[in-house]
Amino acid sequence: MQYMKPQTAAEAATLLAQNAGAARVLAGGTDLLVQMKSGMIEPQMIVDIKHMAEVREIAEEDGGLRIGAGVSGQQLGEHKGALAMWPGVVEAVELIGSTQVQGRCTMVGNLCNGSPAADSVPAMMAAGAVARIAGPNGVRDLPVEEFPLGPGKIALETGEFVTSVFLPARPKGAADAYLRFIPRTEMDIAVANAAVNIELAGDGTIKAARIAIGAVGPKVRLVEDAAAAIIGTKLEPEAEAAMVAAARAAASPISDKRGTVEFRTQVVGVLVKRAAHIAMARAGEKA
Amino acid sequence: MKNIHVSTKVNGDEMEFICPPDETLLDALRGRMGLSGAKEGCGTGDCGACTVVMNGRVVASCLVLGAEADGAEITTVEGMSTGDKLHPLQQSFIDNAALQCGICTPGILVAAQNLLERNPDPSETEIRYWLAGNLCRCTGYDKIIKAVQIAAAEMRGA
Repeated sequence: MQYMKPQTAAEAATLLAQNAGAARVLAGGTDLLVQMKSGMIEPQMIVDIKHMAEVREIAEEDGGLRIGAGVSGQQLGEHKGALAMWPGVVEAVELIGSTQVQGRCTMVGNLCNGSPAADSVPAMMAAGAVARIAGPNGVRDLPVEEFPLGPGKIALETGEFVTSVFLPARPKGAADAYLRFIPRTEMDIAVANAAVNIELAGDGTIKAARIAIGAVGPKVRLVEDAAAAIIGTKLEPEAEAAMVAAARAAASPISDKRGTVEFRTQVVGVLVKRAAHIAMARAGEKA
Repeated sequence: MKNIHVSTKVNGDEMEFICPPDETLLDALRGRMGLSGAKEGCGTGDCGACTVVMNGRVVASCLVLGAEADGAEITTVEGMSTGDKLHPLQQSFIDNAALQCGICTPGILVAAQNLLERNPDPSETEIRYWLAGNLCRCTGYDKIIKAVQIAAAEMRGA
């Protein structure tokens, strides 16, 4: 095995393209090293992308924030601007693993691992986040909702890797929230999860909304019907019920050791409801 | 497999070692630098026995490559005491019987020290969440949490 630390995105893309199938990207390593140790993967080359300046920082851009692929969960949590602008995204990232994992894990790695139960992915999707991808043919941007293709499968071509995720600017009266269900209080994988992003109009009605659910299907997904059900409302019981019904209808979970189809379908509706009320309250505070 | 030359700083001392690219920082610390304080429990980042501080952040050294330590600053449990004088956390763990077999103790001490550097007066809940990635299978957590609280109070008074 070789360990490489390219200094530029072009250099990294060349290494990944020339060693397609044999090279793996290392950022925080909290998934990669576990997979290597379990024998799930045996890479011939590790490409450590943390030595490129752009992946290590949180940069302000067009009123939003660009989160580098090497930014740890703890580093994101320490960023006051990120917490104020995207509280739901930050609380989702901070739920990944223990303190030890937080010191290394990255939001981009959580996205690229391709888990349907990833904590930060529904939050990024609801936020309208956009992944910046570098590759042999240059740079392209892809909305996070188009990134997961199935369990462990993501929309990266040969030689490509994600350098950052962009969280867009926020108007006044806008906020997001993330919730997951786990059978304990810390360090577990979501049985179901949900993220809700709400923007309020001047009269307090919901002007725009995005809702994403996870661990209830082969990939994290947006539920447009659920968002449409609450737009133009103040989340009154009727709108709330329509949103919950749409979220449950969009769920297509499996039964496994962590939850049954019936349980996950029920719970994802509850999580969407509660997250919507948290996002609504936060948005009201920022109006 | 080409070995890698790594220059790093451990507990304030400049260190150099050569390791294979797939060797973990934990194995490099224990096998090449003679620092056996960090322990291997699970080897998959779940138990916290291998906890060290890297560039100011608490990490599981079993999930860090030795090669990644190049240019980094590492702190291990061996760096906690000053000569023969134990760190207040170490003394508190002894005084308050916060350890039995001791395998999890170095990791807990390192993680707790980092917490107290960030927050000298954490609540019990904050301590419990911070140490949620450090598993103990014999002492039980109450004495550990209490020992951290007592040490924190002493350090605030000092």
